[in-house]
Amino acid sequence: MKVTILDYGAGNVPSVERALQRLGAESLRTGSPECISNADALLLPGVGHYAALVRALDEKKLRAPLVDAIHRGVPFLGICLGLQVLFKSSEEASQLQGLNLLPGIVSALPPGVKLPHMGWNQLEKKRESSLLAGIDAGGYFYFAHSYAALDSNGEAAATCSHGAEFAAVIEQKNIYAVQFHPEKSGDAGARVLRNFLGLAA
Amino acid sequence: MSLAHRIISCLDTDGERVVKGVNFVGLRDAGDPVALAARYNAEGADELVVLDIAASRDRRPTFLETIRRVAAELAIPLTAGGGIRTLEDGRAVVRAGADKVTVNTGAVERPELISELSREFGAQAIVLAIDAKRAGDYWDVMVRGGRESASRDAIDWARMGVAAGAGEILLTSVDRDGTRSGFDVALTAAISRAVTVPVIASGGAKSPEHFVEIFQEGAADAALAASIFHDEVQSIRTLKQFLAARGVEVRLPC
Repeated sequence: MKVTILDYGAGNVPSVERALQRLGAESLRTGSPECISNADALLLPGVGHYAALVRALDEKKLRAPLVDAIHRGVPFLGICLGLQVLFKSSEEASQLQGLNLLPGIVSALPPGVKLPHMGWNQLEKKRESSLLAGIDAGGYFYFAHSYAALDSNGEAAATCSHGAEFAAVIEQKNIYAVQFHPEKSGDAGARVLRNFLGLAA
Repeated sequence: MSLAHRIISCLDTDGERVVKGVNFVGLRDAGDPVALAARYNAEGADELVVLDIAASRDRRPTFLETIRRVAAELAIPLTAGGGIRTLEDGRAVVRAGADKVTVNTGAVERPELISELSREFGAQAIVLAIDAKRAGDYWDVMVRGGRESASRDAIDWARMGVAAGAGEILLTSVDRDGTRSGFDVALTAAISRAVTVPVIASGGAKSPEHFVEIFQEGAADAALAASIFHDEVQSIRTLKQFLAARGVEVRLPC
């Protein structure tokens, strides 16, 4: 099995590639619709602005093959912006349409705390989670974001809190997504990626 | 359950080797950045910062190669900078594998640099490095490696930088840097309370008590040190255990 990493020109793809390499997984970095259609497993990393990701998906004509693949049941892992884009839209660029695969929208974290939410934080598990299997309840993960899925806590596998509670881990059928950066979260993050590889195999 | 206070290790390099001086002068060799990066990654550092303090144009490719080699060792975030003057300089650092870019003198000279980088990479990737020095009743911003005054109030500059799109401030006390006499608590608290973004305190760390003080009294979100970690005056693992025992929330390495 090979993990196809969507490279839309903005995300920090090399660090995700290295994290997969350390786990002995093969990966392919692509920005082509054909490669997405043929993928065994898909990974959408993301840092930066929501608008940059959505525009790149549309300009490179990746939206349709990505949504098709997810509907066909191809295992998908979204990281950070890659989680946010699964929803209908985001307050960061409310005129743009997300992938609309999950109900709800992405909102700004409320003021009153230091923003961006940057650093290592813990999760609150809401249900059995395949991605978090084997990870201690007190495990820390690295976050770097100012927007989050605030109204989807009921559907989340785990949440995190910074000013407000938000979805930190999502698992719905073949859709897996995390708001933190597993590729930057030390051993705990590596375990999340390894768990995804196991689910996708 | 809340955000942990971060311990950040900093590698000041000449582009290729780690160097360290007192008050920004008298540099001496302190080791191989790749070996140190691997050690800090294993010891439980929360982030790593790599700076090119020489920042000479002709050595830039060497520094980018250093970033690539360091990034390959890390499963924690990497910040890199030194001599970033243009959007293209920032891009090169990110492409080499840095998660965040620090800007300093280049942003003082041309504040739009912050917004240009922030638009492309997001505020979370832009760290405004401020070298501040006490000047009577305020702190002055220093540029060119802490050698020249920019005649600018550090608190005003921090606020401006955040408004322009910086997502974090790396605040170095020029007065304390390299002295091992403790972080500048008053400076850090003043800046941390003036801005809405996380503040990393830097300069002057030696004892574990200095770290407790900067988190509890200085309102720092993260604390950075270099030589005390390189010289093994302080191990990150024992420092974090000390902090946890004193009630400071930290991510303990397993």
